[in-house]
Amino acid sequence: MQPDNHDVDPARTATIEAYADTVVPGAKRSPDDRAVAGAALGGGAVAAGAVELLEQPGGGLAEALDSMVYTLNDHAAGYATAHGLALDDGVPAFVALPFEHRTALVLELTAPEHPEKQMWVALALFSNMAFDSAAHLTTADAFANRHPGLLTIGYFPPDADGLFRFPQYSYGRALAPLHPQTTVTGDPA
Amino acid sequence: MTSTESTDVVVIGSGFGGAIAAYHLAAGGARVLVLERGPWLQAEEFEHDFKLGSSYTRVFDFVVGDGMSILGGNCVGGGSVVYFATMPRAPRFVFERRGSIGRRMWPASITRDTLDPWYDRVTEALPVTRQSWEKVPYAGGLFAAACAHAGRTANPSPSAVDVDECVNCNWMMAGCRFDAKRSLLLNYLPAAVAHGAEIRPLHEVQRLTRLADGGYRVHYRVVDEEDYRILHDSGEIDAKLVILAAGSGATPVILQRSEPDLGRMPHAVGRYFSGNGERLNTAILDEDKVRDVLGLSRPDGSAYAAYQIGRGPTVASWDRLDGSLPEYERFSLEQLYFPPGLGTILAQVPGATGPSWFGLEKKEMLRQWQSWLTIFTMSEDDNEGVFGPPPETGNAHRLSMQMLGDGPLRYRPTANTWRGWSLSDAAVKDILERDGLARVAPWTNDLVGAYTVHPLASCRIGDDPATSALDDRHELRGHPGIFVTDGSAVPGALTVNPALTIAALAERAMPGIVRAARERGVAVQYGAPAPDGSTAARVAVAPTV
Repeated sequence: MQPDNHDVDPARTATIEAYADTVVPGAKRSPDDRAVAGAALGGGAVAAGAVELLEQPGGGLAEALDSMVYTLNDHAAGYATAHGLALDDGVPAFVALPFEHRTALVLELTAPEHPEKQMWVALALFSNMAFDSAAHLTTADAFANRHPGLLTIGYFPPDADGLFRFPQYSYGRALAPLHPQTTVTGDPA
Repeated sequence: MTSTESTDVVVIGSGFGGAIAAYHLAAGGARVLVLERGPWLQAEEFEHDFKLGSSYTRVFDFVVGDGMSILGGNCVGGGSVVYFATMPRAPRFVFERRGSIGRRMWPASITRDTLDPWYDRVTEALPVTRQSWEKVPYAGGLFAAACAHAGRTANPSPSAVDVDECVNCNWMMAGCRFDAKRSLLLNYLPAAVAHGAEIRPLHEVQRLTRLADGGYRVHYRVVDEEDYRILHDSGEIDAKLVILAAGSGATPVILQRSEPDLGRMPHAVGRYFSGNGERLNTAILDEDKVRDVLGLSRPDGSAYAAYQIGRGPTVASWDRLDGSLPEYERFSLEQLYFPPGLGTILAQVPGATGPSWFGLEKKEMLRQWQSWLTIFTMSEDDNEGVFGPPPETGNAHRLSMQMLGDGPLRYRPTANTWRGWSLSDAAVKDILERDGLARVAPWTNDLVGAYTVHPLASCRIGDDPATSALDDRHELRGHPGIFVTDGSAVPGALTVNPALTIAALAERAMPGIVRAARERGVAVQYGAPAPDGSTAARVAVAPTV
């Protein structure tokens, strides 16, 4: 399924990107990148395609994103007030938060006792999924496009036919004594 | 559009419980209809692809509950298509467990000795084979070496994988492309079809109602083949007998939804759910220590760095499967592979100074992903799961078009359950942090609760009507003609992978189910050989039937 072709609101996209970047941080795409905080080297969830994955109708969060973005920025504004932070009002409140405060707020929102926990955990789950498995792309295409998440985790690429095979897979020798009660069928007694 | 058909037996679900029942009943002469809510895929359709919409997300279900999340199969073949095919028998002490009910949980008629001939039937049918060290993948070898280094034992686990056909791709959760994994698509199900059973994929049973003649009407909806959130036509099938095998996360939900018509369900329907005491730890190995301390190296010169290579769990440590230990202190530890996508988010950074499951330190941990080793605990939990009111349809509110939903299960681990988890966490640390081999942390339970790939006991057998939904013949108490043969019938945690025990219990139930069908006027006989025609195990059980 492909995302709907609606007019994308830059503030909405920036807010989602800032959340995804808090989950799996990455390098700024340009010096004036506000959404990606630049807290880590290499591509993070944003470069990995978190927004593309989240915007897919089949994922289940796309319809809720407007409301999640609104709520997240509301929480961010409240957080800034509570912590005496002055935010740049030229960008959404969550985007305006420095990285360490974005992190602290995401911790609060995903804590077991938070009433909206499930929603924020789902947003984190999808952000992470874009990074570690490129769930919006075929895995072969992800490799062809040098997907930053699969490269970062060191996932071995498939054979030319798109299938994975590992002819070398075993140390090939006994490496521990068997449990003394093992049955003749190889089961626990 | 609603149409009504009729048949002798409707089987709900096509995993171990459903496939075994469908085979024996069809082979014995009954008209059998199998309703499976997931799709029907074959080897050439199983892709090595994480994309949403690939076979991986079509055949697999992840239902988030309140305190417990369940991973399971959602396709023809059920769990057998997505599982890792590790098939040990449950240790003897498991059948003597008392749990929290103050009496033996299992029916008096079932012990390891009485179940062994039925285990034999399944191991012949799939088949299940003893494994050799020579073909254990790197991750299993590494865990074995670490166990030995810590003065412990380790065993290659019995498996239903034909290792000569296996390419060690570790894509078993998406279905086996090479038919090396002996799923039900290769034995019981084709044999059932050959005997005339009909399997209908994408048919989700919603509820049962009772007919005037003592039979049952099965009400289903047709599921959209791409977007499972969309349900199409409804239909009804009348049957003289119903086999309910929709899985531990769905069987009790169907019965709960049926209660307004069928009448009161036994107290244990939707209660006593067990997550098989499951818990996960992730270790990040120090490659230099693996080489220096354990003396391991691969042909390419690396010591390990092979998390991705293999076929799920292949080596287990059974040192704590000791019947003389107190209940809740016994567990097995198994090396496990968990693919990216769902599992990595829950792995925690050992000794994190900031957030443990996301953020800067987690990204650094992800860079070492090939040096991860996941250790899977199967312990004795306290059957503390309870299902709340059923959702409108199915067993979950579906969030994504496939795979992801939230369900009504509530699970609050007791101190007993935590005792096993804590002891196993300590054992994993003892094995893998010794001499600096690795850094270890358990998965967080804070995001989606505890986590099981082996849901059990939500509609269990037993001798005590107050604490079991089924009698020892798997018939639903107070509702004659409804039998439950899936993992929900298992009384409690098994301390090992449960598929073989689920299947053995289904095999054991079959003579009684065939008798019940005959009493309801179905022309059927018990006595089919293994699906490939082998007869040794049938001959062995004959005296007990």
